[in-house]
Parts: sequence; structure tokens; C-alpha cells
Amino acid sequence: MKLVIASGKGGTGKTTVAANLAVTLAEMNEPVQLLDCDVEEPNVHLFLPPLGTTDQTVRSPIPRIDPVRCTLCGVCVQICAYNALATAGDHVLFFPEMCHGCGGCAHLCPEGSIAEVERSIGTVLRGQVHGLELVWGRLNVGLSLAPAVIAEVKRMAQPKATVIVDAPPGTSCAAVAAISDCDLCLLVTEPTPFGLHDLKRAAEMTRELNVPAAVVINRSGIGDKRVHAWCQENSLPILLEIPFSRQLAACYARGKLWVDEFPEWKDTLRRLWGQVEEYAHERTARH
Amino acid sequence: MKELLVISGKGGTGKTTVVGAFAMLADNAVVADCDVDAANLHLLLNPQVKEEHAFHGLPRVRIDRDVCTSCGLCLEICRFGAISPEYVVDPLACEGCGVCVRLCPAEGIIPQERVAGQWFVSETPFGPLVHARLNAAEDNSGRLVAEVRRAARAIAKHQKRDLIITDGPPGISCPVISSLTGIDLALLVTEPSVSGWHDLARVLELAEHFKVRTVVCINKADLHELMSKEIKRRCYDRGIEVIGSIPFDEQFAQATVTGHLPIDDKSPAVTALYDLWEKTYALLMQEKPS
Repeated sequence: MKLVIASGKGGTGKTTVAANLAVTLAEMNEPVQLLDCDVEEPNVHLFLPPLGTTDQTVRSPIPRIDPVRCTLCGVCVQICAYNALATAGDHVLFFPEMCHGCGGCAHLCPEGSIAEVERSIGTVLRGQVHGLELVWGRLNVGLSLAPAVIAEVKRMAQPKATVIVDAPPGTSCAAVAAISDCDLCLLVTEPTPFGLHDLKRAAEMTRELNVPAAVVINRSGIGDKRVHAWCQENSLPILLEIPFSRQLAACYARGKLWVDEFPEWKDTLRRLWGQVEEYAHERTARH
Repeated sequence: MKELLVISGKGGTGKTTVVGAFAMLADNAVVADCDVDAANLHLLLNPQVKEEHAFHGLPRVRIDRDVCTSCGLCLEICRFGAISPEYVVDPLACEGCGVCVRLCPAEGIIPQERVAGQWFVSETPFGPLVHARLNAAEDNSGRLVAEVRRAARAIAKHQKRDLIITDGPPGISCPVISSLTGIDLALLVTEPSVSGWHDLARVLELAEHFKVRTVVCINKADLHELMSKEIKRRCYDRGIEVIGSIPFDEQFAQATVTGHLPIDDKSPAVTALYDLWEKTYALLMQEKPS
């Protein structure tokens, strides 16, 4: 089972749900992997710091232009879909933060003056903590290649483990990279118009990716009931509601896990897992 | 004309609330919502849409099997693994680079023009708003951000407005970079939590990388006083000024429900926002330190 925790809106509680759920499952003697795919702002390791980690560099190619052979013909500038190249006076400028590593410029330079070299775009880190394996990615600051780092994090998933994926916020390429190929997606939202607006977009994305979705409402009690109504109309089951509480917020702020400070949360999360498994089974049976 | 960007790294720290309040307090600004994945500012500002424009994403490709000779070149050169051994393109993996289109010897790969979202120019009671919607599961959010910023600048120039206030996306990647280039000041909104600080540190690094002038404000500051103090100390150590602290206010949490910011109240949070706005505006309008 590969479960991904996602949300359109940021700051709804994805990481909290993912980390607390993974720890609860690990205590049930399941082999658990927790993959933090928010490689722009990875946070799980702040709550679950492994004692020792191994890391590996993620690389991507960039062009290296030979200024002697370059005739400033402008073909590379014209074909680069990402605006990573520009001519300026007597040389071609390269903007590394724009490059997606497609290799087009190297393939198509008529003078053969563009070679490709590897650069580091991020790091994948792994370590054991709290009875589970934590894997997280870290995109280098100043680059746009989050999906490539996410793909490397996801490659670490073991087929026999229960895998919990913490997705980045939003509904574009990085979120897609984290969510696609998962068995079920839990969308964490809050019961406000902001939450509902972004939940609709996120649900649309899961439909597009053909990943079944269910909802967790965090900070229940603030806001209104429109999220509930919308979920009902759209047959999205609400599997858990987490009440708004200053105590829980404070626990999070200190970087502590709810299941460590309030053990009753383990029962709640075990029940959530039961529902997740049941729902995933139901959805597979139906298709 | 000056450009202010409000970002946070971490989502949910209160960027949109701060931008909404600034929009109400500013006299002569254009507001731009560059969080194109999860655009929420319109929920606070009650816009009337005046113009709607299509946003064209990079064309994804289709393989014409009548022309294709199954030579395998496209499979070999695609860096995104978007073409299957059966010569079917996965539209979600295709990043629209167009290299296969140019290199296919049979000219059997066809780019598909497509609409990936919309952007809007609206009127609000507080001035013009440019906002956008990127379709779900799309890429190129950075290009849509650039589009929104271009439109906001054109309006500011045309209507002689002296300021653009931009609500930025979370994270540190392409849409954030696209929001950040060439601005006059970045206001980073953080919250006092271990994640808040961690994510702020990554955005500070990003702002330093692109040499953007940066100040910080701590939202919900009283939820964890010790951490707020710690964030101030760490910012001080890096030479970054913390220009405001906004206390947690249940009314603001509720404001997103009613779509009305209680900006006329005399609550501590509102007072702090007024103060933050004055400081931010003064910084924007002063000459850049050389």
C-alpha cells in the first residue's frame, strides 16, 4: 500500500498527519517507509530526526558552450522552451535556474559547440527513526527541478513496505510527481473557503491522475460546514476530523509528534488506517 | 513604480491575509495573486472580473502512428520518460521541451497547442487585481506567474499606480523564482514553529541567491513566544530585520469564512498590521541602500 497525503492549500497539516500516522503504523510492526516529497520545504525530519543518515546527490545535465566554436547563430536560444539561454553581445548567457535538462540545445546546435555536464540539483537522504525508514529530498536553493528530486525519493520505495508519502502543496508538477502511482490520496483541508477552494482543485488533480481520494479535515470547528457539504455532494469520504486545539498547535510548533505527547491519538490514527485500507480495497474491487 | 512580494516558504502562515490587509490599506496599488496553484486572494477582495485571458502551456506532443517508423530515436532522447515503447506519449510526464518534435526523422511528432489555465484582470473596491488559475495537474506555473506580473505592471503603468503588491506561492521553486526576480522588496511571513523557521531559512537563502532585499514578519507570534524570540535572534544574526509581529487573532481565522477582514477593528492584530504596512511602505519608497 502506498498512501499519499496531499492538499491544495499549504499549511493544512499534511506533514503532521503523515508523520503521526507513519509512527503509529511502525508501532504495529509493519515495515513502514515515510517519503517526504516536499523537496522545496521538507519538514518531516524536524519531527522525526534520524540518528544517522546516508545521502546521495541527484544530478541533472546542463549545457556547456564552447565559446570558440559558437557562432552566436541563436538556434539554442530559439529552441529552448524554458528561456534558459539568451544571446548578449558576443556570448550566450545561461540561466541555470531555468534549465530543465532536456538536452535540446546540445542536440540541435549546428556547430556542435554545446556539450552537457552534470550538475547537482539536490540530495536524497535516508535514515532509521522511530521504527521506520525516513527518506526525504532536498532541492538545491535557486533551482526549479523539484519533480526530478521527487522522482528519486520515490524510487526508494520498497514494494513490501507500507509507504506513506508526504506531498508538496499545490496542484502542479511537483504535486503530480508525488501523487501519481499511489494507491490512495488523503487530502488534508481546513473548513474555510480557502480550504474548500483549494480542496476542489486538489480533488480535480487526483481525478486527473486516477488516484482515489478521501478527505481529512483539520482544525475542525473553525470556519463553516461548506467543506462537509461539498464532500458529500462529490462522494468524497471524510475519514477523519481533527478539532482545532491550541494544545495540538503548540505541540506541532515545538516540533513534537502528537502520538508522543497525546497517546490517545494512536487509537484515532489506527482507526484512520483501518478506514484507509477498507476504502482502498473497495475502490480496487470496484475497478 | 515599486514591487512588493509577500512569500513564506511554508504554506498557511498568513501571506494572503497580510496581502489582503495591505490591499485595503494601500491608496494607489495594483494587487497580483501569483499563487496560481491555490489562488485565494479573490476570496477576500470580492473582485469583478473585467478581462479573462487564456494561458497557453508549453505544447505537449502526440505521435502520428501513420507516419512513425518506430525508429526509437524519440524514446532514446526524451529525458522525461514520457514516451512508452509502444510510442504513446504520457501527457503528465511530457514537459513540452519539443526536442522530439525537432529531431524525429519522419516528422511524425506533432505539438499540441493547449490552454493550461486562465488569468484575469478584475476590479475590487480597493483597486485592480490580477489573478490566475492554473488547471489541475499542469506544469509551467512559473510562466503563468510571469504573465500575471506582466499584466500587473502594464496596469500600474497605465493607471499611474506607484505600487504592485504580490501574493506569492509557497515553496522555493519555479513559481517563487518567477515571482522574485526584479522586485524591490520581499516581505517574508513566518510563524513561530520549527517548520516555520526551517522553511523561512530556505527562502532567506533563495532571496540572498537572487540578491533581493528582504524583511521578515512573524504572524501568530504569541502562539509560541519563545520560538518567536528565537526567530528574531536568528534573523538578527543574518542581518535580516524583523519589522513586525502579529498576534494570533481568532477573528482573522474567521475572516476567511466571511470574506471580510476586520480591518476597522482596534484589535491588537489590526494595530500590528497597520504598523507593518507603514513600515513596509516606508521601506519601499525610500531609496535603495547602496
